[in-house]
Amino acid sequence: MHPILGNLRRLTLYLLAWIPLAAMLAYLMAVTTPIGWRESIGLALSLSFVYAFICMTAYFSCRATPLERSSIAKMTATHAMGALVASGIWILVAKFLAYALSKTGSFPNIEAQMSHEIPVLLGSGILFYLLSVDLYYVMMAVEASREAEARALQAGILAREAELKALKAQVNPHFLFNSLNSISALTSSDPAKAREMCILLGDFLRRTLGLGEKSAIPLEEELSLIHSFLAVEKVRFGSRIQMDENIDREAMTVPVPPLLLQPLVENAIVHGIANLIEGGRVCLEITARDGVLSVRVENNFDPDAPPRRKSGVGLANVRQRLAARYGNQASFDVKANGDLFRVAITMPAQAEARAS
Amino acid sequence: MSQQTKIRAVIVDDEELARQVLREFLSEHSEVEITAECANGFEAVKVVAEQKPDLVFLDIQMPKLDGFEVLELIGPDAAVVFVTAYDSYAIKAFEVHAVDYLLKPVGEDRFEAALQRAKERLGGKLPQTTLPPAELAAAARPPSQYLDRIPVRDGTRVSIISVAKLDYAEAQDDYVALASEGKKHLKQQTISSLETALDPSRFLRIHRSYIVNLERVTRVEPYGKDSHVAVLANGAQLPVSKTGYTRLRAFLDR
Repeated sequence: MHPILGNLRRLTLYLLAWIPLAAMLAYLMAVTTPIGWRESIGLALSLSFVYAFICMTAYFSCRATPLERSSIAKMTATHAMGALVASGIWILVAKFLAYALSKTGSFPNIEAQMSHEIPVLLGSGILFYLLSVDLYYVMMAVEASREAEARALQAGILAREAELKALKAQVNPHFLFNSLNSISALTSSDPAKAREMCILLGDFLRRTLGLGEKSAIPLEEELSLIHSFLAVEKVRFGSRIQMDENIDREAMTVPVPPLLLQPLVENAIVHGIANLIEGGRVCLEITARDGVLSVRVENNFDPDAPPRRKSGVGLANVRQRLAARYGNQASFDVKANGDLFRVAITMPAQAEARAS
Repeated sequence: MSQQTKIRAVIVDDEELARQVLREFLSEHSEVEITAECANGFEAVKVVAEQKPDLVFLDIQMPKLDGFEVLELIGPDAAVVFVTAYDSYAIKAFEVHAVDYLLKPVGEDRFEAALQRAKERLGGKLPQTTLPPAELAAAARPPSQYLDRIPVRDGTRVSIISVAKLDYAEAQDDYVALASEGKKHLKQQTISSLETALDPSRFLRIHRSYIVNLERVTRVEPYGKDSHVAVLANGAQLPVSKTGYTRLRAFLDR
């Protein structure tokens, strides 16, 4: 669709913009040829009106030779040719108009006078056409940048949707079923403990569901989620899990994507501690310095453990979410050294959590 | 069942509370005696080899050896009831091959049904599952996931061979001999089922009786009229059949 013809408002503005051009043409005609002022103004207005439409064809040659993908030679050739053809047609129209006017009898000399106008018409025709070419290139650039903006917005929405989907898939069914089995065991041996575990599990699930809606939460809140997760796991694994925490006080208010760190701790337990007969230690270290939040989760593991079925999903998920949200500003590093497994991530630490 | 034919059962699960549920359900059955509880795969293999129980409740995800590896090592003598929280591939394999299994949280009705079936198996009314343990394990593996270790047992001792350290495997009747680091380990498994469990880009069946680790092959030499031998880095020479030679060439020419 033509960007001007397809829009009444733009068409009106476009035709208004031609009025100064018509005035300039009238001046040139009156000064350079014997045509009188009155006739010059009339002719210039009507010819400009016609040429305004002829110049609209420039849009199509601009579309065919986009600025960023065409050679200068090709653009020069295309537009020079376009300008010559357009002004040629315009001159023919002018000649026909003069011929028609001379037939009315009111302007007997107009045809002869008009032939003096040809250089003026050719010159201004080429100039006006090239101005139109500029106009369309500008319009196309504006359009392209608007599209790029819309695309970026769309990509942002898609990334967020993907993130939400990832979050929903994250509550590990193993964790849920094993916890329920533990509760079932406790109902007969220790009903009070069973009830406590129901409450812990409910608490964890409720937080998980609630947090998925938010785009960022204070680190403090994520930590408290990790604690309710650990409380459930401690019932299952008993003394096999030992947790050490070392967290900067300044880091507590830093906003983080919800459920980003909990999978790291879950991973440390499922793929680390759960495979150790005697259990082991999970160490969580968080610092916030110079606008960078660094998180390190370290745990014991058995390098000779049976390969866990469907392993690594949690970590891959964290890596993807970090990349989608922060790009190069975040880092993700996994290292196994002897019987120690370490995940280290860094990401930008904005000062305050936004209220969400 | 009478007192003198008590069913001897072993419970294997790394979580104390999970064992507790099964213990509780079994306590209602005086005909079943729990002879041991194990918290990891190594212990389970040792206990089963020593005690030869009739019935084993076997968790899948455990430290040291998982449930399938334990089953491979203890052989098909005991009736095995798998217990798992969530493992879609394993559950599918159990259903297809009519292997008893329980899902956590374990319900009493379902438990009773599984115990009843186990009793019928032990009483000979139902046939033992004829599927070799290694093949059940293969069926339960997620698609496109190959073995990266092979557990073997010698008496009550378990060792684990990393497939990266496996030079070749040789069929010997119902067993395969696994050559690794200068030693040979015998394992009850067919060479065909081992072949399907190994990554085909690293291991090749070069003969009816041989699978070779391609990284170990240094050269292939003609041997006799129209057969060949593959020479490994440690000097071992393995026969290569005609089709094996075609496959090996295709790989080496790549």
